[in-house]
Amino acid sequence: MKSRMAVALLALLGLFISTYLYLFKVGLIGTIACGTGGCETVQLSPQSRFLGVEVAAIGVAGYAILLGVALIALNRRFVAERWPVLLLAGLSGGAVLFTAYLKYLEFFVIRAICRWCVASAVIITILFVLTVVELRRTRTAPSV
Amino acid sequence: MASPSRVATKKPSAKTPPPAGAGRFYLLLGGAAVIGIGILAYLIFRPKEVSIPADVSILASDTAGFRGYVMGSDSAKVEISEYADFQCPACGSFEILQFDVVKRQLIDSGLVRWRYRDFPLPQHKYSRLAAHAAACADDQGKYWPYHRALYDNQGNWSFAGSATGLFRTYAGQVGLDVAKYDACMTSAKYAPRIKASMDEGTKLGVASTPTFLIAGRLYRGVLSSDTVAAIARAAAAQPTQ
Repeated sequence: MKSRMAVALLALLGLFISTYLYLFKVGLIGTIACGTGGCETVQLSPQSRFLGVEVAAIGVAGYAILLGVALIALNRRFVAERWPVLLLAGLSGGAVLFTAYLKYLEFFVIRAICRWCVASAVIITILFVLTVVELRRTRTAPSV
Repeated sequence: MASPSRVATKKPSAKTPPPAGAGRFYLLLGGAAVIGIGILAYLIFRPKEVSIPADVSILASDTAGFRGYVMGSDSAKVEISEYADFQCPACGSFEILQFDVVKRQLIDSGLVRWRYRDFPLPQHKYSRLAAHAAACADDQGKYWPYHRALYDNQGNWSFAGSATGLFRTYAGQVGLDVAKYDACMTSAKYAPRIKASMDEGTKLGVASTPTFLIAGRLYRGVLSSDTVAAIARAAAAQPTQ
C-alpha cells in the first residue's frame, strides 16, 4: 500500500514539474530557473515537440493520468484489485521508454541538459520500479 | 482457494476499511497539491523578468530611419557616432569621466553632433536589456537622463542577480510613466532596432566598445575629451566635399 501512496506522490511531483515546463513553453512564467541555461535550450529546441505536441504537455497529461490511476489503486474499493497496478505498470513502463528516447535527444542531438527534465526522468523511473514492486506483491499476496 | 501466484480475489466492497495511514497520506497529498499550485500561481502572476531576444528578424519598419540617439545641432560641422554597450566598463568610464566635457565644449557649442549607437556585446548579460530600457525611455522623451542613470548605476545593476527591477526603479527616478515603460519592455519591440544598430556597427568594423566613428574613421577604446576635441576640430577644419 505504501508503494501506491509513493506512486501517487511521485506522480503529483512529476505533474508539477511538467506543468512548470509547459507554462514556460507557452510564455506564462517568463524565465525558467535552471542554472545551466540548458533548460531553455532544450525547451526551445525543435525536439521539444513530439508529433506536433509539446513534450511538456505530454508530461502533464501522462502524470495526471498516472496520478488518477494511483488514486484509484488506493481507493478502498480497488485496494484488492490488481488491474490498477497493472495499468500503472504499463503506463509508467511506456513513460520510461519515452523518457529514455527524450534523454537520447537531450544528450546526443540537442547536446544540452535540462535539470527539470532529468528530475522528471528520475521520478518516472522510481515510479516504474515501485509499480513493479507493487505488481509482484499483488501477484504473491495470499488470497484473504 | 486461489494459488499464491494468482490475484487476490477478495470481493472489493465499499465497506472495506481504508488502508492504514490513509488519512495522513491524503492530508500529505492534499498539502503537497496546495503548495505546488501556490508556487505555480505565484510564478504565473509575479512580476516577470523581461528578456530581450538577440536573434530577431529586422524589418524596414523596425528601424524606420532610426539611426541612433542624437544630441546636438543638425547644423554641427562634425558628427561623432559612439558605438557603446551600457554594461561595458570602458563605456561607463568614458561617459562618467569624459562625456560631460565633450558635451560642454563640443556639443553645446554647436561644433559636434553626437550619435549614440547600441552595440550590446553578447558577453554582457544585461546589455540588450539596458539598451531596450533606454529605447523605452526614449519613447517618453527621456532618453538622455535614462542613459545617464544607466551609466551612473552601472556598478550596481551589472552584478545584480536581476536587472529588471533596478531598470524599472531608474525609470521611475527619471520621471517615466512606469506603466508605459513596463508595457514597452514586455513588448520587446525595440529588439530588432538594437540588432540593426549592432549589425550596422559590425559592417563598419566595430568589434569592441566603445568605438567612435569620426569623419569616416574608427577610433577604438576610451578617448579623452582632449583627444575627441582635437579629432573633431581637425575634422571640422577639413574642407567639405
